[in-house]
Amino acid sequence: MTTTAPNQPNKAAAKPKKLSMKARYSALTRDLDWQPSYVSEEEMYPHTKYEGIKIHDWSKWDDPFRLTVDAYYRYQAEKDKRLYSVLDGFAQGQGHLTLAHASYLNAMKIFLGGVTPLEYQANRHFAYLARQFNGPGPRFAALCQSIDEMRHAQTEIHTLSNYNKFYAGFHNFLQQHDRVWYLSVTKSYFDDALSAGPFEFLIAIGFSFEYLLTNLLFVPFMSAASFNGDLPTMTFGFSAQSDESRHMTLGLEAIKFILEQDEANVPIVQEWVDKWFWRGYRVTGLVAAMLDYMLPRPVMSWKEAFELYFEQQMMNGLFPDLALYGIRPPKHVDQAIREKDHLSHWLYDTLYQFSHAANFTTTVPDEEHLDWLAQAYPDTFDQLYRDKWEEMRALDQAGKRFTYPGLPQLCQVCQVPMAFHADGDPATMAQFCSDHEGEHYNFCSEACKWIFDREPAKYRQAWLPVHQIYQGNCGGPTLPDVMAWYGYREGDSGEFVGSIDDQNRQKWHQQIEDKLGNAHEVETALDSEGVTAAAASVDASIGKDA
Amino acid sequence: MTETELTKGILDNRPVSVDLQETENNRALIIAIEADNADLVINHFPGVVKLQSPGRLVINRESVEAQLGRSWETHEFQMAIITLSGNISEWDEDRIVISWGPRVDDEEDED
Repeated sequence: MTTTAPNQPNKAAAKPKKLSMKARYSALTRDLDWQPSYVSEEEMYPHTKYEGIKIHDWSKWDDPFRLTVDAYYRYQAEKDKRLYSVLDGFAQGQGHLTLAHASYLNAMKIFLGGVTPLEYQANRHFAYLARQFNGPGPRFAALCQSIDEMRHAQTEIHTLSNYNKFYAGFHNFLQQHDRVWYLSVTKSYFDDALSAGPFEFLIAIGFSFEYLLTNLLFVPFMSAASFNGDLPTMTFGFSAQSDESRHMTLGLEAIKFILEQDEANVPIVQEWVDKWFWRGYRVTGLVAAMLDYMLPRPVMSWKEAFELYFEQQMMNGLFPDLALYGIRPPKHVDQAIREKDHLSHWLYDTLYQFSHAANFTTTVPDEEHLDWLAQAYPDTFDQLYRDKWEEMRALDQAGKRFTYPGLPQLCQVCQVPMAFHADGDPATMAQFCSDHEGEHYNFCSEACKWIFDREPAKYRQAWLPVHQIYQGNCGGPTLPDVMAWYGYREGDSGEFVGSIDDQNRQKWHQQIEDKLGNAHEVETALDSEGVTAAAASVDASIGKDA
Repeated sequence: MTETELTKGILDNRPVSVDLQETENNRALIIAIEADNADLVINHFPGVVKLQSPGRLVINRESVEAQLGRSWETHEFQMAIITLSGNISEWDEDRIVISWGPRVDDEEDED
């Protein structure tokens, strides 16, 4: 019997010359392309003309990573191996008990419902681009990104599924993504991109999100996971980011390629950059609230992250490069820069007031946290926002935990509750509107109004959760009806202090500390100090079954 | 204007940067990058090391291999990187260069 060992080099044969990285890339991506012979190019790629983008030479697309299929799978497999060994170790070692605080996980509930489903949508749409682009270079880059995005969706779900065994709010994220009021911010953002043409999608997601803004979402956040004891999230985040740097390169390559192909592309791309910067920026408002308010051990303020990853790297780094191609910074970027001192304070306030209808819990930040915010926001926090939290704390302590009794007005475009102050005027709430074919539409900002006025036929179709509730499309007319339709369970929503997660946290930590087996004495002490009763009264005040 | 004139027209000391995971393996990589980039600025965040360099940042395979004591292919850099600011203007078997400025046409890639 002869055995063959295909992986062993045949020593008898002359050693074949190894191809250079560039030659391998060319051989394994572009050389696999062919010219259609029995259909025309237009018939084979029917979607790349109608947006008005002119491409004369698809071979000018350059992939600086020079990634080939074999290298791609080898490295992706290694990334997954590293991640899954961390997930296993963390689960086996009762890692969830080493988190900075159980309240930290509220940020991850927003992440799972808001971001993870977008990864899956990105998988689908990059697969579409991998079919539709005429050139093999962009098709292959889109294919790799498509597979990456599927990996991100899967690894995020696996990573957070361990917490679902112990904590509320994680159990039904997919249905909630499609239904819950604040999650429509991220869902509608991505639906907007999916329903655009292939080039606009590439500028929307590939460039404006992946290059301009993704750092704001992932980098400070994963650093925060590291600081708050959440090893699995940190590891999955960095694992995803290692792909993300490839996606950033694709996004940058995409915009430069399109701009170099024809001067007529410049004004089209500029409008997309203007629009998609603002769309993405409004989504990152949720990240601002998470970074500043929802981390028990904060790492970096939104303002600091924005200055480092957006102002320094994009405004001072990238945009001077794009000026060479005739592209100026996004139209409404100055307002975003002015808002960096305010954004998180507006949005966490909204999340706090409406957390009785959310899949996460909130609480008033403690004094130390308020001092940290004052330090991070020396020009605004004590002046404009601190009093509000002191007032909320006083109400809470008096057993009157505040929740807003109505439903918020949503912006027709970004779908964020309209809690924004007028640009440069903290005493006035921002309110913009347009009339279109006899209907009245409201916006949070001049930028969202500009986006609507550009494509009213698109945005008039927005599925606004609050309108849908009033129209009777969300399970019924009362809040409990709507919350049942959202698929919430007891403990998902409301005030953190006294919540099921909080009670479990105390119980589990007592068990760890209970070397002498006297835990019941601690519980008795908690009862006698009124902690249990306070928790029950908070539940009662927010209309929850105690 | 030609591309060269345009390039001269912009100040090319804008910092480029790469953020790397702070791991044992990457320590050798960071030492190698530090040695090859004279003006490197290093900042530490939890789990993250941010490397910034004015205008240009280069990673040489030979320097990394000398630090690691084993062979290292430039594709492995993908295991270390979290994010970057700048263009990847070169990536071949010997080095990776990150810089600002318009991209350079690479004849070898065209078919």
